[in-house]
Amino acid sequence: MIEIRDLEKIYQMGDETVAALAGVSLTIERGEHTAIIGASGSGKSTMMNILGGLDRPTRGTYHFEGEDVGAFDDNALADFRNRRIGFVFQSFQLLPRLTALQNVELPMVYAGMDPEERRARAATLLERVGLGSRAGHKPTQMSGGQQQRVAIARALANSPDLLLADEPTGALDSQTGKDILALFHDLNAEGLTLVLVTHDPKVADQSRRRVTFEDGRIISDERGARS
Amino acid sequence: MRRIDLVTFAAGAIIAHPTRSALTSLGVVIGVAAVVMMTSIGLGAQQRVTSAIGGLGSNLLIVSPGASRGPGGGFVSQGAGTGNSLTEDDAEAMATQIEGAVAVAPSVRGGAQLTAEGANWQTRVEGVTPDYLVARDLTMESGRMFDDTEARQGRKVIVIGKTIATELFGEDSDPVGKRIRVGAVPFEVIGVLASKGQSGFGQDQDDIVLGPLQAVRSRVVGRRVQGSNVQTIYVKAASADEMDRLQEDVTNLLRERHRIRQGAEDDFSVQNMASIMEAMQASVKTFTSLLAAVAAVSLVVGGVGIMNIMLVAVTERTREIGLRMAVGAKRNDVLFQFALEAITLSVVGGIIGLVVGVSGAMLMAKLGDWPVAIASWSIPVSLGFSLLVGLVFGAYPSWRAARLDPIEALRRE
Repeated sequence: MIEIRDLEKIYQMGDETVAALAGVSLTIERGEHTAIIGASGSGKSTMMNILGGLDRPTRGTYHFEGEDVGAFDDNALADFRNRRIGFVFQSFQLLPRLTALQNVELPMVYAGMDPEERRARAATLLERVGLGSRAGHKPTQMSGGQQQRVAIARALANSPDLLLADEPTGALDSQTGKDILALFHDLNAEGLTLVLVTHDPKVADQSRRRVTFEDGRIISDERGARS
Repeated sequence: MRRIDLVTFAAGAIIAHPTRSALTSLGVVIGVAAVVMMTSIGLGAQQRVTSAIGGLGSNLLIVSPGASRGPGGGFVSQGAGTGNSLTEDDAEAMATQIEGAVAVAPSVRGGAQLTAEGANWQTRVEGVTPDYLVARDLTMESGRMFDDTEARQGRKVIVIGKTIATELFGEDSDPVGKRIRVGAVPFEVIGVLASKGQSGFGQDQDDIVLGPLQAVRSRVVGRRVQGSNVQTIYVKAASADEMDRLQEDVTNLLRERHRIRQGAEDDFSVQNMASIMEAMQASVKTFTSLLAAVAAVSLVVGGVGIMNIMLVAVTERTREIGLRMAVGAKRNDVLFQFALEAITLSVVGGIIGLVVGVSGAMLMAKLGDWPVAIASWSIPVSLGFSLLVGLVFGAYPSWRAARLDPIEALRRE
């Protein structure tokens, strides 16, 4: 599903050029459960941004389901993020003004979906993540775990092909973190492709495939059963 | 995305900060209200000038004895009316020799105490000819005007205005046939003039007494006006287009009759009401534009206020913008959302400003006894301008929002 060849991302920092990604090739198949591991500055976040269509590579190619994402213009990238990708962030990134339901609706709004249809789907998704009774709550009235569940429901809104999670348990206590990871497993079991970015080996161990980044390169790519 | 959802987003952001939104709009409210009020003051002044001069009679030339010093005759007739150069014969000559004069009305006037049925009233009595009604656009309410025969015979009859009728005989009385002593001389009331109300200069135009020229000159005015002299001759033209020609004909005729040599100064002055009105209106218009321009500046200041707050909002909501982009908002979706917010703040301010401005104009009209004159164009224009202000001053903040890098934006605390 994802074909990445010789990907480079170079930033200009004053006089210095910094290679966040220095030639990365990676293939991810549909239905995989992948963890991208690395210390901060290893290039894993840059990798995730490019995978999610938030950023463009300096060199190299990125094909998603055969489409050349590197050639997309801004609007095509926005559509790509809207329909193909679901983002889950460490800090949840819910809009505080909106209720849980409205937050989940947001990607569907940008997809131009009919209000009744999207409201019904948002309610179903909240049900799916176990927050059916909290639809009318604002983020500030919810615990971190609940907020992250809302964020996951939002990520699933337009039935994406790929769920990208950036340190999804980083802001949660360990028990809540486990619950969230369990939810990811369930989603993966239903066929959703997952890429989880983390610096925490314990979280990474939950994934069947672990790709380790260091200094903008992949230094290991292991497959194995969850421990 | 659907357009209605953009509106919902923009409205949601505005409602989320009610106080801030209200204060942001306030600048536009004040600006639009100021524009509406200022233009209405200007328009009111213009109407007042029109009615002030029009109240004297339309298409009217006022000929007075004595030279006017200003070229063309200023509105304030310096020195005019002081001489004794105009006579009834001059008026007669104008009436017979000048083409296009609808009415020629010589007049003398003097102050007098009116007494009737125990009441008294100090006023000015005018001695005129029947043509005076035509010249000054007056009409009778009851009774009749005296005719040429009565005037020539020096009959002691008068026609009075509404104010006099009320002051001397009480409300709803019919003074026709009653007697009024003008000074010591008894006159018979033969008619009452239809009310003209207050003039634009604040004078009561119904405080008026008209009597035959000879009778008033000899019985009321006395020695100040001798022989067949008159103090004013009113000449009415058939139409505004004829005013200039008529003025020239009157001047030429009088110079000839008064044997004024070429190059010598006139011993009379001719005021052309049409050109005076034009000059006054032009100056009022300039004044109005000036007021409107000052008010427009406050509208622009209101726009700057919107830009300021929108820039703050973009900074505050950087993460929101990043998130929206991450879940699929296109740059234009973000641009339009913020532009719509700015335009809504501005247009809502414009609508409120319009209401405030119109009520303010009405209140001022009431307090200042000023004609309410709200230009119909001020409604679409002020709304259009507030839309424009929102568009112009919302453009830069919206562009800043749309241009944000989603990665940077999401990382912002």
